[in-house]
Amino acid sequence: MEQSKISNANEILLAANNVGYVQRGKSILNNVSLQLHSKEIITLIGPNGAGKTSLIRILLGLSDASSGKVERKKGLKIGYVPQRINVPEVMPLRVVDFLNVTGKYSADLCQKMLAEVNCDYLLYSPMQNVSGGEMQRVLLARALLKQPELLVLDEPASGMDIIGQQALYETIQKIREAHDCSILMVSHDLHLVMAATDKVICLNTHICCTGHPDDVSEHPEYLKLFGDAIDGLALYSHHHDHEHDLQGNIVAADEYHSCEHHQEASK
Amino acid sequence: MSGLFLEDFVLYALAAGIALALVVGPLGSVVVWRRMAYFGDTLAHAALLGVALAVAAEQLPMVGVGIIGIGIAVLLFWLEKQRNLSTDILLGILSHSALALGLIVLSIIQSNGYNINLNSYLFGDLLAVSKSDIVLMFICAFIILLVFSQILSPLISISVNEELARIDGIPVEKVRFVFMILLALVIAVALKVVGILLITALLIIPAANARLFSHSPKQMVLVSVLLAVAAVLIGLYSSLNWDLPAGPAIVMAASSLFFISRLAYRRSA
Repeated sequence: MEQSKISNANEILLAANNVGYVQRGKSILNNVSLQLHSKEIITLIGPNGAGKTSLIRILLGLSDASSGKVERKKGLKIGYVPQRINVPEVMPLRVVDFLNVTGKYSADLCQKMLAEVNCDYLLYSPMQNVSGGEMQRVLLARALLKQPELLVLDEPASGMDIIGQQALYETIQKIREAHDCSILMVSHDLHLVMAATDKVICLNTHICCTGHPDDVSEHPEYLKLFGDAIDGLALYSHHHDHEHDLQGNIVAADEYHSCEHHQEASK
Repeated sequence: MSGLFLEDFVLYALAAGIALALVVGPLGSVVVWRRMAYFGDTLAHAALLGVALAVAAEQLPMVGVGIIGIGIAVLLFWLEKQRNLSTDILLGILSHSALALGLIVLSIIQSNGYNINLNSYLFGDLLAVSKSDIVLMFICAFIILLVFSQILSPLISISVNEELARIDGIPVEKVRFVFMILLALVIAVALKVVGILLITALLIIPAANARLFSHSPKQMVLVSVLLAVAAVLIGLYSSLNWDLPAGPAIVMAASSLFFISRLAYRRSA
């Protein structure tokens, strides 16, 4: 029993073998190989034009690789969370309808899933009224309803401030624990990845380096690629005495931290 | 007045109008969601070619329109795969080529002694539908609705987002293709009722109007059927009462309902 559990934990869900991708004569991906095991969290990082989107599309089966092979576990259930979707204004579609677009789930179940991503108040809102940050969570809820073995998130934190990012990563972490799925996440942020990440893959048409977050940031290839950017940025660590929920309402912080320079500024 | 409604031709017209309303509502909703109005127009323009060929082959015009419509759908589907021209340009090419070819074939068969009343095909001839027309229309409508009900959920999914639909395992290309074929058949059904020039109006107007009163896609489909039926009833009544051409009267009824509900909605909001 215990044995089978262990072998199960190392099951390969998705593997790319020497994948190459050429678009209009331009080589986008070169010899990319990677494996995604069950219950693993992989973050894919890379500069603009590195081929992150192409790789994800190939892994999802939306595009075909020009060379190499992608293998998926038979019957693999994938939940995909795009950055956002635009529902045509002329289409009446509430969040509950959206969640039921492919599949039949009870309103209760939809509500429960939305609650998991802290958006249950949206159940009967028109999709057109959902804000960017909420959209991400609605898309996440939709992906989860399928009970996926693999969750693919395309730059989930793009356009979010660091507080929003942190809240989102917390939600994702919580979800992973509750649903026991693997996660493949694309991040445009080269320096901040989700802390729970098992493996970071740094892509720039080919795989530059892979490893645990701590290892990658030390890797010479990584430093060569993003080293300059690091010099121009600094981490600015500060706390607020309150937090905002998704609708922008002020809620009490778990801990009180005074924030003197902010008070300074408001005077 | 009550006697008028018992006449056979009135009943036939009513039946034909209802058959059309049953299909334009649901398919029109999808046309509106997927911005396919221009595709509907293209099918309608090509319908003239279908009519001309059917007359030359001594077949029912409806059959010719159906076959040519399916041909156009196949051609467009194939052209879209080439991916170097946008759909609206492809449609512009197909639409006007088909119309031009239709006019050429029409003039050839007219000079060969066939007499075609062009007006009745351009604007419909609802009060001249025969019993066999109606039977054919209802058979078509039944088939269209049967297939449509099977692909409605995937169609909604594709209209929301094609990529998500694809990942969920929906055969996107197949569903799109089947829908195009259904639309070609709708044009054939609509030929006698509103004519080639006004078909797209009936696809778009009731559906666009239904948007105001619906909260979900399926609701919009149902409401647009009701609005299309209402347009047929009002249009037919005005046509008989004030001696107006039936097809245009139905379209005007649909658009009047559209503007009235917009105004009413604005006032209440």
